[in-house]
Amino acid sequence: MELYLYIALFAPLVGSLYASLFSRSPKSQHVGIVASGLLFTSFVSSAILLTYVMGGHTVHTEMMTWIAAGDLYIPFGFVVDQVSVVMMMVVTIVSTVVHVYSIGYMDHDKGFNRFFAWLSAFVFSMMVLVMSDNFAGLFIGWEGVGLCSWGLIGFWYHKESATWAANEAFIMNRIADLGMLIGIFLIYWNTGSLQYDVVFAEIGNLQIVVVTWIGIFLFIGAMGKSAQFPLHTWLADAMEGPTPVSALIHAATMVTAGVYLVVRANPIYDLIPNVGIFIASLGAFVALFAASMALVNRDMKRIIAYSTLSQLGYMFVAAGLGAYWVALFHLMAHAFFKALLFLGAGNVMHAMHDELDPFKMGGLRKVMKGTFIMMTLASVALAGIYPFAGFFSKDLILEVGFVEHHYVIYTVLLLTAGLTAFYSFRLVALIFHGEERYKLFGIHPHEAYKFMLIAMSPLLLLAIIAGSFKMTYYQLVTSLLPSTQYHVHSEMTYWIMTIGTQLFVIAAIVFAYKKYSNWNSVPDGTSAMENSFGYKLLWNQYYIPKFYDEVFSKPYLELSKIAWKQIDLKIVDATVDGIANIIYKTGENTRDIQNGNLSTMLRWMVVGLVVLITLALAFTIGYNAVGA
Amino acid sequence: MFEAIAFYLFAALTIVMFTITVMTSQALYAITAMAAGMIFISAFFFILGADFLGAIQIIVYTGAVMALYAFGMMFFDTTRDVVEKRTNPQIVFVLGVLAAVMVVAIFVAPVVSNNIQALYPIQENVGNSQAVGMVLFTKYLVPFELAAVMLLVAMIGGIVLAGKKMDKSLTLMKEEDIGTMDDSFEPQEGGH
Amino acid sequence: MEITLTHYLVLSSILFAIGLIGVMRRKNLLMLFFATEILLNAANIGFAAISHYIGDLSGQMFAFFIIAIAASEVAIGLGLLIVWYKRTGKIDLDQMNSMRG
Repeated sequence: MELYLYIALFAPLVGSLYASLFSRSPKSQHVGIVASGLLFTSFVSSAILLTYVMGGHTVHTEMMTWIAAGDLYIPFGFVVDQVSVVMMMVVTIVSTVVHVYSIGYMDHDKGFNRFFAWLSAFVFSMMVLVMSDNFAGLFIGWEGVGLCSWGLIGFWYHKESATWAANEAFIMNRIADLGMLIGIFLIYWNTGSLQYDVVFAEIGNLQIVVVTWIGIFLFIGAMGKSAQFPLHTWLADAMEGPTPVSALIHAATMVTAGVYLVVRANPIYDLIPNVGIFIASLGAFVALFAASMALVNRDMKRIIAYSTLSQLGYMFVAAGLGAYWVALFHLMAHAFFKALLFLGAGNVMHAMHDELDPFKMGGLRKVMKGTFIMMTLASVALAGIYPFAGFFSKDLILEVGFVEHHYVIYTVLLLTAGLTAFYSFRLVALIFHGEERYKLFGIHPHEAYKFMLIAMSPLLLLAIIAGSFKMTYYQLVTSLLPSTQYHVHSEMTYWIMTIGTQLFVIAAIVFAYKKYSNWNSVPDGTSAMENSFGYKLLWNQYYIPKFYDEVFSKPYLELSKIAWKQIDLKIVDATVDGIANIIYKTGENTRDIQNGNLSTMLRWMVVGLVVLITLALAFTIGYNAVGA
Repeated sequence: MFEAIAFYLFAALTIVMFTITVMTSQALYAITAMAAGMIFISAFFFILGADFLGAIQIIVYTGAVMALYAFGMMFFDTTRDVVEKRTNPQIVFVLGVLAAVMVVAIFVAPVVSNNIQALYPIQENVGNSQAVGMVLFTKYLVPFELAAVMLLVAMIGGIVLAGKKMDKSLTLMKEEDIGTMDDSFEPQEGGH
Repeated sequence: MEITLTHYLVLSSILFAIGLIGVMRRKNLLMLFFATEILLNAANIGFAAISHYIGDLSGQMFAFFIIAIAASEVAIGLGLLIVWYKRTGKIDLDQMNSMRG
């Protein structure tokens, strides 16, 4: 079994290293095939481990010692228990699909080999993150995914906007990582170890204040990685990267690392329900906040990115309220249909020659049947219509909110569900229905390669049927996680809730269809609605990026300039140069002693004579004075 | 009292003479003042009871050394004024004064202990020359002989350096060749 | 007033300083030699004075040897000066800087 663990863990690394050998060469098909093949091996190993773990066992290995200094002992250890095997399955399935898809998507790209190197490296880091058995290993994976996401967002590095977005993502993550490091330090300081089992056993013995701070700091780290407010601006800008990157990183894996952290640290968060309430409230806020911004956006990928942000809010609501298995379940289902949505969007982008504005598309369902079906079904799953996967996970979260008597959160989430349905189908209607506005721009779209569609189909399947796994999943995961069942007390309330939600969502879908499926013009910024205050507020993301720019980036830039010009150049450089100058000038000035002129040398001789006599006099007098 | 008068008189004269030597711009004045200074220094030796030394001073220094310098001065074209490049006279003056003050301070301040044993004490009943001779040929014999050798070497060196046509030997040449020897002399041109 | 050793030593120092000034000041090599002679004579006076006041003949012996050495030094020095003058035609100190470092 350990063999499978290592295969699942290191196969992506081998793929990455193999691809990086060719990263300077022009595109070679075999790089993509090898990388995808290795990822598939990782998937198969994860599946084998899943069957093993479902039988009730866990696999726990220690590969080697990393740090053994004094009392600090941190090994490279890995654990495959119920939670991590679920994450492993999600990661490997989505990664394999994305790898195969990328072979077709990056077909004409010069950096084909480099792309697979980064992509497989990312998967490796994510595997380290979910399979690690201590907080330090988690942090290594954490940083690794941050780095690979930087490389992948800024993949087209000669585009200024891409590099800027990559830096923004990395820096925001870094700020949050400071919080996470402090949390890890607190954990080590108070419990003496970083291993999960030791920490969770000890955590009950600590003072509540300490545990609260640990929880807060760890959540700050999760906030950065999962783009919760206020560290959320990087997620929308991260769409500068290639679409498979968005599918893998910003739908299924990296952004869910924050949720994974909270789920994994559930013994800690169980002790501090107040922090949990805060997390849930923040999650609900983010859900509504992101959904509102997606309502008016005209960038296809950004709409999907905001939808991811919104769903992450849902997951944090569940985790914050203590329903960890629900959060994990939603993570799993969401990964499937969100990745599918992104990949479909990638097809559309390719067909429309990288055009992103859905208002400039339209009527594509005649040309791109496969993509149309996939994206529609994925949107249905996202909206939470029975019997697709989204229903089981999203409605469960709504139930959790209701049962735990957090009615405000429940209402917010319900409203957001309606908004989600609206903007998802706004997107679908604008792209695939209505008049073919793309003809105005002279674009000739065509469907994606067959094998790309075939690669996307497992995701479609899972998006449809994942709901049926719920009970199996529940039994598997609750060996480790708290197994609270959330049942509304009265049957009546339950049915009213469920049917009501469904009707609300379907109404939103119909409204979206009615408004957008017959759209026949491209808005150009002059209509009244576009100039209204609400529209502008949402369009500019509540002016938050501008606020960050003015308040944080610009002053920091000024500070850096001052530090460079005033301190570094004037003080540090001047000191170093000054020392060198002193030596140089001294040499230059004493060169005159040896100018070959006897007269000068005689003068120097007399100077030396005077100095020596003075010294002799001084020492003798001093000697006599002291002795006498 | 006479001693004091003599001392101050000759001290003033010596200082004036030597100052002229170092300050004047005319070589002839310098050499003349130098010779005078040497004579006055020998006066000091006589005052101090070092008769032999005084006589030696007059004979060797004033007679031989200054005559040598006079010959040298005739050889070089130093009858014209000595051209001295404009230098920084203050530094020179300051350094000289400083050196003088230092040395005077050393001598005036009681830095020298007072219980010095005389190694070769002066005997009172003999004259100075006799006393000098007694010490010179017994205790200082080896330095005396070495000084003699050194003077010989210096003499030969001086002849070799300054002589003309030293590659030809007069005693070994035939008589007719001596008459046809080239006798002109010009300084060679060329730098260093 | 009583002439003590100190007087002679002060005189010797003054003469030595004059000699130093001459050494530093003169650019003509021949004049430089004069100044060197002054230095040596100043030392001689010091030796003789000490010899008289301490009652030791070593001072006078030293003065003898200094005179002898000064004489031979003059001979050699002038000889060298003559050779130099034959080669370069001038004895100005400022132009002898082939040892410039």
